[in-house]
Amino acid sequence: MADRFPSPFEMPTPPGAEGWQDLYAYSTVFSEDRKEYEDGTFWFMDGVHTPEVIPPWDATILEFAIIGLSQYNTRHYVIPPALGVDLRFLNGYMYLSPVGVSDPEEIGARVPEFAERAGYYFQNWDRLYAAWMPKVRALINELESITFEPLPHREDMAVITEGRGTGSALDLLSTYSRLVDLTLKLWHYHFEFLNLGYAAYLDFFGFCKQIFPSIPDQAIAKMVAGIQVDLFQPDDEVKKLAQLAVELGLADRFAGSGSAAEVFAGLQGDPQGDKWLAAWEQASQPWFNFSAGSGFYHSDKVWLENPDIPLGFLRTYIAKVQRGETLERPMQAVIAERDRIVDEYTDLIDSDEDRATFGAKLGLARTVFPYVENHNFYVEHWGHSVIWRKMRDLGRVLVAADFITDPDDVFLLSRHEVPEVLFDYYHGWAVGVPSRGPKYWPKEMARRNGIMNALRNWSAPPALGTPPEVITEPFTVMLWGVTSDSVKQWLGGAQDDGGLTGFAASPGVAEGPARVILSADGIADLQEGEILVAPLTAPSWAPVFGKIAATVTDVGGIMSHAAIVCREYGLPAVTGTAFGTKTIKTGQRLRVDGNTGTVTIID
Amino acid sequence: MAQIVWFENYESADASVLGGKNSSLGTLFRAGLPVPPGFAVAADCYRKALADGGLSSELDALIAAVDPSDPASVASAGQRARTLIGSLQPPAELAGAIQDAYAQLSGRCGDCDVPVAVRSSATCEDSPDASFAGEHDTYLWIRGGDEVVRHVLRCWASLFTDRGIAYRLERGYGRASAAMSVGVQQMVTPRAAGVAFTLNPSNGDRSQIAIDASWGFGEAVVSGEVTPDNFCVDKVMGTITKRTISAKTLEYRLTGDDTVTAVPVEAERQSIPCLSDEEIAAVAKLARRAEKHYRCPQDVEWALADSPGGAPGVLLLQSRPETVWSRRPRQQGGTGIADPITSMVQTMLHPVTGGGHVAHG
Repeated sequence: MADRFPSPFEMPTPPGAEGWQDLYAYSTVFSEDRKEYEDGTFWFMDGVHTPEVIPPWDATILEFAIIGLSQYNTRHYVIPPALGVDLRFLNGYMYLSPVGVSDPEEIGARVPEFAERAGYYFQNWDRLYAAWMPKVRALINELESITFEPLPHREDMAVITEGRGTGSALDLLSTYSRLVDLTLKLWHYHFEFLNLGYAAYLDFFGFCKQIFPSIPDQAIAKMVAGIQVDLFQPDDEVKKLAQLAVELGLADRFAGSGSAAEVFAGLQGDPQGDKWLAAWEQASQPWFNFSAGSGFYHSDKVWLENPDIPLGFLRTYIAKVQRGETLERPMQAVIAERDRIVDEYTDLIDSDEDRATFGAKLGLARTVFPYVENHNFYVEHWGHSVIWRKMRDLGRVLVAADFITDPDDVFLLSRHEVPEVLFDYYHGWAVGVPSRGPKYWPKEMARRNGIMNALRNWSAPPALGTPPEVITEPFTVMLWGVTSDSVKQWLGGAQDDGGLTGFAASPGVAEGPARVILSADGIADLQEGEILVAPLTAPSWAPVFGKIAATVTDVGGIMSHAAIVCREYGLPAVTGTAFGTKTIKTGQRLRVDGNTGTVTIID
Repeated sequence: MAQIVWFENYESADASVLGGKNSSLGTLFRAGLPVPPGFAVAADCYRKALADGGLSSELDALIAAVDPSDPASVASAGQRARTLIGSLQPPAELAGAIQDAYAQLSGRCGDCDVPVAVRSSATCEDSPDASFAGEHDTYLWIRGGDEVVRHVLRCWASLFTDRGIAYRLERGYGRASAAMSVGVQQMVTPRAAGVAFTLNPSNGDRSQIAIDASWGFGEAVVSGEVTPDNFCVDKVMGTITKRTISAKTLEYRLTGDDTVTAVPVEAERQSIPCLSDEEIAAVAKLARRAEKHYRCPQDVEWALADSPGGAPGVLLLQSRPETVWSRRPRQQGGTGIADPITSMVQTMLHPVTGGGHVAHG
């Protein structure tokens, strides 16, 4: 077994991708300037959020996300053993390096600061969290209110009569700048509670493992998990719409395979149909701001702009209603089961002191957990959907100005290039001469598209550099599922017998044929009873979980989105297998043991 | 006092004359647990038979003369005592009562001569709770009224096994206070059998049930003659948290001459699990019921019988308090750090044990 991963400096540039570095910020690529540090550090590829090549503008959100995580650890709450997470792009893929504090004295010195700062949040959690929701909604509303318009032929007469003294181009530049700032702010909000939420959850988790060394991970998750989770609301809305379609006698209008546009046109004008369309409209804001992917790519399909996705799920649910199946989750039963689990473990605790500690830690974990479960909808789904939409509007402005031919080409610009491009547009408009853009960017976009395609063919190694003795950064373990064990497994490759191990993320055992799905576009191929094998799964794939038998992912821990949604749907899941999609072929028969975290290829 | 006490008629007041083992079977039977039916011959019968046979004072004198530090002295007194009891003619009235009860049991089981286990269940007035586990004899697969009576007497004699004598002397139990009750219980032919602890014996984890299981009669597991399959089941979630399949080379099986004998297991059956997941769950559920009944960790013996009904028929053969972890002094205070901030820092500093995420595979 090797004792280190390949050096980032040994990684060749894929043919046709030469010059890719220039598409990312100079500070985010490996360079000779910091070679000693970069080569001696451990970097893992973030397959949880970004399993694919990251277009240059999309890198903006990742940089903001990671810097948000980092600053809260390092500067806000002073997490004793952890600083931030360093980030690099290599051949278009994102690598992360958690930075721990190793000097025990320094850790000790950070403890009182952590106690004061984090303690304040824990003690005032309800009040502070109550303020979070309006805060993030106001921010998203502000994002929604952003408009990008082409520069006018003449400034409006009102600019003259009101004596405004400024022009439209300033608005255009400052609106872009505001979009970027709001995006950064969104990620500040994201991490305001998240790290603390994880810390409290991990504390309860650790205590459970201490008093019950063999307790299954999912038992702990079940005791803490919420009953009403916003992340499941989009799916619930589709279920309600299915129910309504049947109640209004419209079920047959959804039959066949017509597109959403065709189906909706057929409903218009008929009183029942209009009633249903109004309900759809109401449900879609905000709930269909829901990404079919992780939300970190501009190309992730959002329900709102791709109504064919929820329509497909809607058809499945209508068929279920017509068969007399119930769609609602049995809330009373779920609550009763959660109470039973808590009561029985409580009864099994030996001493009154431990019982009291168990109760207190469970209480805190439950206080913090709604944030952990819900924030994802507001930030990665709703917030990001709006950001991608607004950037596409800006792309349309550039298309109208003949700078680019496809609005999505705007994502081939880095966030720092955009003001330069806008200024070129501004210059031509102001001076009354041709901008350089229309001659420069179409060629450059073709080149950049070529680079992106070349990078897509590169197989990114799971890790680079020198692994640490143990992984101690708690969020790396919790969120990315990267542990000392997974590092060992990556170094050693897949098991000899063709089996795989990962996290026992959702209980149960299932056998069935594998279906390897590498992106959201492939989920339509899934057949009843198949086992989904994917780099990761997004919660928005929820409706397909009704027909599959189990899930295996390459990345993610027990709190990954895949794990949460599988527990919700009662499906066995093994997450973080590292090599699932590489080892398993579609059609192979698998046995997935979600109790032990093992996947066996039967034939 | 009745000579014969059916398990279903057991009352806690009977404990002193039925011994630990029969009392436990009666208690579990009355709690509705799936204990095979049977009856107990009260210890009073033993005392009366000895008195009627004129053996009481001779036995007392014999034991009084034993030097507990001298194994030869224990052995010769034991030998003599067992011979004396073996020479007894069973009182006709008692023999009749046992034979009637046995015939009734056979009728209930739909068998003309139902196979039974005849088990010793020693009692001791000085120490009503003494278990005497393993000190005395058990006879398996006994058929026919005369044979049952003969083996009741053999159980009486086994009160004077060398280890039984030594055990009582070591603990200072009075010579006359020990007596022998005998249990007669229907036997089934188990496909697999074994023991179950309602905690994890390797770490004391009370949320787990640990099952040792092997092919055939449970004697192979109890005696340690095979390395059994081992399973751990979470009590609350019902999930199998650990499974270790061992090479089970030997089993106790019913052979052609109607006796239970240790025989080698065929190669192809040695390393396959002797319980299905459904059967593991059934054994765990049964052990959990016994624990809930007694309200403390239990050490149970169970057997899986193929029943015509199809559902796994797991029978409870014995349940007694777990002793190893239960006897450890209770720790003072709690194990965890109650203060959330201090505890969180510790959890972050020791993610391997604290986070627990590495414990997979």
